[in-house]
Amino acid sequence: MFARGLKRKYGDQEEGVEGFSTVPSYSLQRQSLLDMSLVKLQLCHMLVEPNLCRSVLIANTVRQIQEEMSRDGVWHGMAPQNAERAPIDRLVSTEILCRTARAADGEHPTPELEDGSLQISASELPIVSSAQGQRSPQSSLWEMDSPQENRGSFHKSLDHIFETLENKNPNSVEDLFSDVDSSYYDLDTVLTGMMSGTKPSLCSGLDGFTAAAPPPSSTCKSDLTELDHVVEILVET
Amino acid sequence: MKCFSRYLPYIFRPPNTILSSSCHTEADIISTVEFNHTGELLATGDKGGRVVIFQREQEVLVEEQTPDVVLGSILRVLKFSLPSLQSKNQVHRRGEYNVYSTFQSHEPEFDYLKSLEIEEKINKIRWLPQQNAAYFLLSTNDKTVKLWKVSERDKRPEGYNLKDEEGRLRDPATITTLRVPVLRPMDLMVEATPRRVFANAHTYHINSISVNSDYETYMSADDLRINLWNFEITNQSFNIVDIKPANMEELTEVITAAEFHPHHCNTFVYSSSKGTIRLCDMRASALCDRHTKFFEEPEDPSNRSFFSEIISSISDVKFSHSGRYIMTRDYLTVKVWDLNMENRPIETYQVHDYLRSKLCSLYENDCIFDKFECVWNGSDSVIMTGSYNNFFRMFDRNTKRDVTLEASRENSKPRAILKPRKVCVGGKRRKDEISVDSLDFSKKILHTAWHPSENIIAVAATNNLYIFQDKVN
Repeated sequence: MFARGLKRKYGDQEEGVEGFSTVPSYSLQRQSLLDMSLVKLQLCHMLVEPNLCRSVLIANTVRQIQEEMSRDGVWHGMAPQNAERAPIDRLVSTEILCRTARAADGEHPTPELEDGSLQISASELPIVSSAQGQRSPQSSLWEMDSPQENRGSFHKSLDHIFETLENKNPNSVEDLFSDVDSSYYDLDTVLTGMMSGTKPSLCSGLDGFTAAAPPPSSTCKSDLTELDHVVEILVET
Repeated sequence: MKCFSRYLPYIFRPPNTILSSSCHTEADIISTVEFNHTGELLATGDKGGRVVIFQREQEVLVEEQTPDVVLGSILRVLKFSLPSLQSKNQVHRRGEYNVYSTFQSHEPEFDYLKSLEIEEKINKIRWLPQQNAAYFLLSTNDKTVKLWKVSERDKRPEGYNLKDEEGRLRDPATITTLRVPVLRPMDLMVEATPRRVFANAHTYHINSISVNSDYETYMSADDLRINLWNFEITNQSFNIVDIKPANMEELTEVITAAEFHPHHCNTFVYSSSKGTIRLCDMRASALCDRHTKFFEEPEDPSNRSFFSEIISSISDVKFSHSGRYIMTRDYLTVKVWDLNMENRPIETYQVHDYLRSKLCSLYENDCIFDKFECVWNGSDSVIMTGSYNNFFRMFDRNTKRDVTLEASRENSKPRAILKPRKVCVGGKRRKDEISVDSLDFSKKILHTAWHPSENIIAVAATNNLYIFQDKVN
């Protein structure tokens, strides 16, 4: 999981860095964390007997992120820009931020992200035909009475995410990963540090990356609507 | 090289044998370890639903044997007999632990109503104090608690009239004389029989069981409820704690561990996923939803992050033997609380603070949800807990010294002293240190146990059980 024996020096970050190898912005990281959490929730929803403690902790994290995003006024203020690129960016950043520096060796972690956790979960998603339960997905997480019932709504939202993954331009993704090395460390530093909402000093940002659109708005409209819907249900806003 | 033995009171030497499965399957992963009240027996439960009990052999004068470090699989150990090698010197050898009994405690089940499989993994084992020649223990999986009786048989009856020696029935017409069956000695046989099955009382997964000091009752705790049982009654239990909200959408907190006070049979504690501990008195009301004491440490605002709540979730809570303190384990620390002070712990020990900057990655690979246990030594002066890379940590509460040790085959030459390990956080890495990036997060020590009176520890590292003894001088 962690790269072994790789020496990292902080100074190395400064050279040859274009766009994607430095610390992404706080908002982008927060968004990625949110996405990761939602995927985790969905995955554990799929397990035979979900670990309730884990689900509760992840859901609380999601709620916390959403509350902060609401406070920052970015939650409902996301304007759709760069519709095709945007969802890729968001999901890719999860990859950048939480993978090791294997990418530095020339490997591209993205295929793993697609073929790994997310794709696996895609294939594992049950073929729920009609099931549109009245209860919210949140309760379906906890109640194990009828686990089949409410998978429909989550299923739908994630479906959109998976579709956009498949539609992306592979070349652009490779470019994104060309110089990633220690960025995951920085994500950890940022996310486990202060949650003050101000940009951390390390963050030179994925400026080239996000230049096309302000970070919180880098979402595809339809995708956002689904995600919005899902998280709204989760946090009952 | 610094000699830690000077600072820590104990020098642990690896045993002659490390008990393990050579063909490591998922089912062999040890999921719980527990000494009995005298320390004579050590029980382990694994993911496959098996319980293996080790017994300490009597201290004897033996011929020293060249140690055989590795045994075969646990199943083969049953038939394994120590090879009698060339005898060397006569030494006084302290008791080693050998396999005493193995049995299948739980089987996988299928809940047809919910279409869910119920794992057979043994979550916890708790011994009852010995009251007669037999040993009793409780073992539990996610849904069902069982009381097992482990007893020895060294005699068997011979000379039945109606059965022949192989047990086949004899035709009564062929019997001409009668004889009285007699008991004759036989090879020692240890048998385990299930005496009680406490089922169908938990909707959620059982995470803890605790025997009460009255030895008549025990409690079982799942994510949302705690039930009180009487050992004699299996079809009823009292619900004493219920934190399930009326609307499950409002659920934000679960029960993570629970334990009875060692001396006061009316008192117990339970911990939560929000890092709080509640102490309850069963005399106050039948349903102990209102706590008597509430232990919570105020959050440090400078350390706040999205992961703050997750890492504050308590994975284990243990009363000290004295009953005066409780110890809690959360993801990065171990804390000792005085029962008389609710607003903060009296001691906090950092287990692996170097992980604080890695929380995002640990969240992604789910390691952040690992549930580590913690244990007291017999005198409550040293506490121990596990970490990653097969490391485990000990903290001496009096001297404030701590040590990191590793449970690994390579580092455990018999009769050698366990060498302290060190994790290098940043900057220059010294020769024997390990850098944080090199830690193996798949090798986690979640379960450890400490002998009730001596310095003997049992450490479960995935499918291997290490038993270390302190041999002073």
